[in-house]
Amino acid sequence: MNKLSIFVAAALGISIVFGILSGNYLNLGSASLEGAGAAAEFVLSAGGLICLWSGVLNVMRRAGLTDALARLLRPILRRLFPAASRDGETLAALSANVSANLLGLGNAATPMGIKAAQRMARLGEPGVAGRELCLLVVLNTASIQLLPTTVAALRAAEGAALPFDILPAVWLCSAGSVCAGLLAAGILGRVWPR
Amino acid sequence: MSAAAALIPALVMACAAICGAVRGVDVFAAMTEGVAEGLRVVLRIFPSLVVLLTCVGMLRASGALEALTAALAPLLGLLGIPPETAPLMLLRPVSGSGALAVAGELIARYGPDSSVGRTAAVMLGSTETTFYVVAVYFGAAGIKRTRWAVPAALCADFSGFLLSSLAVRWLM
Repeated sequence: MNKLSIFVAAALGISIVFGILSGNYLNLGSASLEGAGAAAEFVLSAGGLICLWSGVLNVMRRAGLTDALARLLRPILRRLFPAASRDGETLAALSANVSANLLGLGNAATPMGIKAAQRMARLGEPGVAGRELCLLVVLNTASIQLLPTTVAALRAAEGAALPFDILPAVWLCSAGSVCAGLLAAGILGRVWPR
Repeated sequence: MSAAAALIPALVMACAAICGAVRGVDVFAAMTEGVAEGLRVVLRIFPSLVVLLTCVGMLRASGALEALTAALAPLLGLLGIPPETAPLMLLRPVSGSGALAVAGELIARYGPDSSVGRTAAVMLGSTETTFYVVAVYFGAAGIKRTRWAVPAALCADFSGFLLSSLAVRWLM
């Protein structure tokens, strides 16, 4: 069963039991009818901004910014993925994946990342994730986004004074979590049994 | 700092439009095409948001979220993480739309410029849906034994959460 189905069933069940036990059950009825309106409000107030940023990012992509960023990233990626970089096409897919992630182009990043992962999987033992493939997945699970536009849209919709003022904090945390992922990868890659 | 933050969205938009025009891109067409794609994204998340925000609202009204917060408060307090963000941290690696719903509820409830609201926003912006990424990439590459990828990725997530609370306290 889908994990969200389990979440929904568990959340609703827990709410009823908890509401009765804690005496909050009178609020439950109205709360059960408020979420849908909140979702519609969210889509109406943040949806426009999400669309606008998607448009701006598309202009950047068309202007060749993703390709320029990918070229800048290549020397770093050669160091992180020495074996995979020997193949030009894998390196191209890798750098396109990371640069699309940096710009927050999730729809462009995933196909490129999958292409890189498939080519990297051919290098090692079949069915077993090698060091570099694990590293690619860790890099993609640690969000590295220069403009967190969805979050900014969410904050703007709730009336934040400066929706983008979280940028320095997001950059610091993204960089920190990527470093922590790389560090963990370095340590675990050495001690993990094959 | 705040002047820069205020200018960033306008600057990024202007730069994109000017660079695009200089490089011969049909800026208006590229922009509207991107907007249309954004609209598809919004439409795709709306159904799950309706269901998930209903669940989060009921968990909140029943007192279950407060109980979870209170149960984890001693541990999270020790780490300097606002305990109100506990449900977000639990859901973030598992479900992207779930995390969006919980973060949205936290930001609406505590205010976008409160420390809880800011921490929730930074957490959401600096982490990814780890288990979804792992499933998609390893699934496509035909990998059965994922070795240390999941522990290393969760390590990165946890550092992101810890740093988010620190960064909001130090930088803002």
